[in-house]
Amino acid sequence: MSSADFLFQGIIRAFELIFSLNPYILSITGVSIKVSGAATILATLTALPLAFAISFLNFRGRQALITLVNTGMGLPPVFVGLVVFVMLVPAGPLGLLNMIYTQKAMILAQYILITPVITGISLAAIKAVPKPVIETVYTLGGNEKDAAVAVLKEARYGIITAVLAGLGRALAEVGAILIVGGNIALTGSVGGIGEGLSETRTLTTAITSETSKGDISTSIALGIILISLVLSVNILANFFQRRD
Amino acid sequence: MTEELIRIENLSKSFGNKEVLKNINLQFNRGEIFALIGPSGAGKTTLLRILDFLETPSGGRLAFNRLQLNGSQKTDARRRMSMLFQAPAVFNESVFNNVAYGLRIRRVDKYTLEKKVRNALAIVGLEGKERQRARTLSGGEAQRMAFARAIVYDPDILLLDEPTANLDPANAAKVEEMIKRIRDEHGTTIVIATHNIYQVRRIADRVGILLNGELIEVNSRDGIFTAPKDARSAAFLKGEMIY
Amino acid sequence: MKNLFAKIILVPVLVSLLAGCIQQAPAGNTISPAPTVSAPQELRLATTTSTCDTGLLDVLNKKFEEENNIKIFTLCDGTGKAIATGELGAADVVMVHAVQAELKAVANGSFINRSYMMYNYFVIIGPENDPAGVKNASNAADAFRSIAAKQVPFISRGDDSGTHQMEKSIWKAASVTPAGAWYQSVGKGMGETITTADTRGVYTLSDRGTYLAMKDRIKLKILFKSDQTYLFNPYHVMAVNPAKFPNVKYDLALKYIDYVISPQGQDIIGSFGRDKYGEALFTPTADINEQ
Repeated sequence: MSSADFLFQGIIRAFELIFSLNPYILSITGVSIKVSGAATILATLTALPLAFAISFLNFRGRQALITLVNTGMGLPPVFVGLVVFVMLVPAGPLGLLNMIYTQKAMILAQYILITPVITGISLAAIKAVPKPVIETVYTLGGNEKDAAVAVLKEARYGIITAVLAGLGRALAEVGAILIVGGNIALTGSVGGIGEGLSETRTLTTAITSETSKGDISTSIALGIILISLVLSVNILANFFQRRD
Repeated sequence: MTEELIRIENLSKSFGNKEVLKNINLQFNRGEIFALIGPSGAGKTTLLRILDFLETPSGGRLAFNRLQLNGSQKTDARRRMSMLFQAPAVFNESVFNNVAYGLRIRRVDKYTLEKKVRNALAIVGLEGKERQRARTLSGGEAQRMAFARAIVYDPDILLLDEPTANLDPANAAKVEEMIKRIRDEHGTTIVIATHNIYQVRRIADRVGILLNGELIEVNSRDGIFTAPKDARSAAFLKGEMIY
Repeated sequence: MKNLFAKIILVPVLVSLLAGCIQQAPAGNTISPAPTVSAPQELRLATTTSTCDTGLLDVLNKKFEEENNIKIFTLCDGTGKAIATGELGAADVVMVHAVQAELKAVANGSFINRSYMMYNYFVIIGPENDPAGVKNASNAADAFRSIAAKQVPFISRGDDSGTHQMEKSIWKAASVTPAGAWYQSVGKGMGETITTADTRGVYTLSDRGTYLAMKDRIKLKILFKSDQTYLFNPYHVMAVNPAKFPNVKYDLALKYIDYVISPQGQDIIGSFGRDKYGEALFTPTADINEQ
């Protein structure tokens, strides 16, 4: 079989798997969305108040916090995975939580990874709001609280972009969740490929293991779904960016 | 009868080593249109900003209704004032929401709010543009919208910083008309900073000349043009006639 | 202002952490398996890639799960990683094939109930034209010596797995320290290592089972297999010591071990692969006398 053939057959088979709603593939997609989605929601709940506080309040350690956020944006995912792993193994300090190799651990790792991203981009969006907006609020009779709210409102499209950027990062991430999640699938073979339903297996980690097993069609199917998800998120982000 | 609204005593302001205002003594009366004129950099904008509590004076006193204000009283006073900048900041919302802002933070009820906003838009000639995104307005329209936004909650005092400086003659004329109308219909006290002598002639009741941070003369409009008290006033008015 | 800051930051953070915990409380899968009377218990098995990649565990574990209402979470990595996982208490039972490493781990109290479950042999696989002349070697060490002497490309697992440790011991027996451009360490599992070796058409050491499972997809052939001294590959299964990690599921681990060495488990092992590959990929220890 020539290499063009090989690829072609793989792609055909991949679409077959997707359109037949193969349960193995569906369960993996479900875990991806659940883990990255939950991590994004939790990260947003942390990032927005954080961005607000840094932008509008003066407190000791504010500069240190900004540095932390900037450093956090550049954290290598495998490093975060390693740290979380070491903390969560039973031999480690947080071992009692019994969280290693669970979806909870994966959500935690991604939460750590994307909170600085959402915070950082939100901070930039807030900073980009022209200063005259604040003064205009004051001249119209508003107080500091009104000004802060107005600035956040002006930055709303940038903030939405920040959240979507976080989601995109989480969906594409593989290093951290591979280490803390273990890429586990249940025993057996469901849908005739791969293994049983996913326990901690996501689109990205599954592509890793399926490719190494040589199952290219399954990998391609997973890849198609992954890229569709990431593309949708990016298109949505783009839409909001232009409304700014 | 003239009722004094704002009294400025010995006001001075410095930014670092630069003295921008010195020894300002001035008062504004209810319902008058006071024009503050002088060349660029004379300190007009700074004075207006101090009046609206956007800057704090380096020395001197500011009294409202014969009261010196502190803390929350400043916020209360500011709520009864309004200011318009040369290039207004426009919120990234609809025209309606921009104009309604002052009413919203004052928790005005929906029905009254809608009425006042439409009224204000009518005054400035922007009826029908409520739904339009404010960012898409032309420069002149944006300035008029900002005017509507500034007067919609019936402020006692309106501070205008070179409101027609960036406008074409047609829009500028409209704005001057709006200024007079607001004062005539609502008795709003208006302080307008400008370097346009013609404008001063058209709309001011009293005039103050600011030169290098000093108030060299305060006079009625007619007085300053026919019989200026200070020699420098005459020179300034003559020399700058070409504006 | 500091008060406001504290409220603004801490309240949402606490709320989200709490929400995260509550959300995760219903354990496991979003898509639930076949309906059972009560929620299945979970057992974590850390094992090497050869047991996974061959598909043995799919069959072996399935039976155990059904009969005991237990869900097995299998972590497929390498022997080195599996043992390390057990030593960190992150698995309940471990199934590997690296005798020295296993004994060491048992000696330091990490594992107990170490049980011999099956074996196969390692084979040296490579391109059909056999440039190193491995086919004619008298034993594995000899074969490796040929490869090193001719500097023919060889791929090593490099991941401290059972296979890698076996490979290292053969090099040692051959008095060769492999180094140079021809010797490449990939740090991957068995299946992936074979795939890599196949794409480049080079030699590598593999366990027989994984090779057989992939035989039809690749071009490499078994070039040397009959050395029973060097290439013997025994698999053991052992439980993580509850004295060291009180939270491990020791009783479930014991159940699993008992199952694996029971006639039923051994039967499944012994017949696995016969229909698909024409021969069994692993030999259960019940047949140990057949050596």
